[in-house]
Amino acid sequence: MSVLAHIFEAAGIATVVLSSVREVAQKVAPPRALHCEFPLGRPLGIPNDVEFQMDVLSRAFALLNEPSGPVLVDHPVVIEADEQPVSCAIPPRFDATLPPSVDESRGLKRAYSRALERRGVTSVGRCITADEVPNSLAVLHAIANGQDWTTAEIPGGNVMALCHDIRTYYEEAALELIDGPAPGGRAMENWFFETTEAGATILNARTAMKVAGAKFPMWFYMAPGNR
Amino acid sequence: MNGDQMMRAHSATLPAPQFDNPAWVTPVALTDARVAIVTSAALYAVGDEAFSAGDTGYRFIDRDRRDLVLGHWSPNFDQMGVKMDLNVVYPIDRLEELAAQGIIGSVAPRHISFAGNQPDDVSTIRLDTGPSAAAQLRQDGVDVVILTPV
Repeated sequence: MSVLAHIFEAAGIATVVLSSVREVAQKVAPPRALHCEFPLGRPLGIPNDVEFQMDVLSRAFALLNEPSGPVLVDHPVVIEADEQPVSCAIPPRFDATLPPSVDESRGLKRAYSRALERRGVTSVGRCITADEVPNSLAVLHAIANGQDWTTAEIPGGNVMALCHDIRTYYEEAALELIDGPAPGGRAMENWFFETTEAGATILNARTAMKVAGAKFPMWFYMAPGNR
Repeated sequence: MNGDQMMRAHSATLPAPQFDNPAWVTPVALTDARVAIVTSAALYAVGDEAFSAGDTGYRFIDRDRRDLVLGHWSPNFDQMGVKMDLNVVYPIDRLEELAAQGIIGSVAPRHISFAGNQPDDVSTIRLDTGPSAAAQLRQDGVDVVILTPV
């Protein structure tokens, strides 16, 4: 973003960056930056908080009054990512003969469908549809339990895209299963990887692929780097 | 170290392009300015081309579109905030409100989305797609851009 600021400014457009990594803003030195120490993925800070978002924009636009730059100002509020999983109950097991993650994902289908109907848009679909999530988890379950990943028929043919789709399916379903204010940054990621069977299946398949010699980018980006 | 702390620490170590003699635009008054959003969240409108892994291009988002897909390839950031409220990444409703209140002059007819996961040297964006996007916004009469990172 700081790089793009220089490019847009050179084209004659005044820019303000909402910086998310202070060291990068210092090094690249865009003309005007408001550093926002908020959860990554939330540059305006707090979902559904109009007042807070307006405060961020107001402070950002105020930098347009500076006579010269580069200007780097910190937003006074720091918001840390959430260390805890969001509380989100998963439907009980239905078919004990299935791998747990397959059964679990089937149980979330109604919540996912409600989310899709309400929002009118989904980010599932990089390489599979929502209906293909259970079978995709069956394939990852098999890899986690010893099947050679090179001969497994990975749905969609791209394991990184596949893991994005599975996680997105779960997180969008969870939108319909949680109450109260918006969860903090990463609370939903924590829920997925620390409490769901699908999260465990992805992490176990990832470990199996790493041990079996899959190339680094292939297994590494199946889950966040700190996991 | 949680995921955000790890990503911030990692990003701080990456090589950063240096800009000698950087440009500086003295903007028109905000009350007269046409404002556009440029985000690196890899958002794109339903029906538009998805972002590939390593995509150095950009997509336009028409001012009225809210049916946006999150096409970012990094698993290393919160993806729920934007699902709950688009404005936490792409503050289009806030801009509309600011325009209605007369605080900004107007909202641009098109906004721009790049993918934040880029090669370290960002050379294509610097030399090709970035200037192209900027030229398009100039054609739309944009005076001010707010850049929102993901």
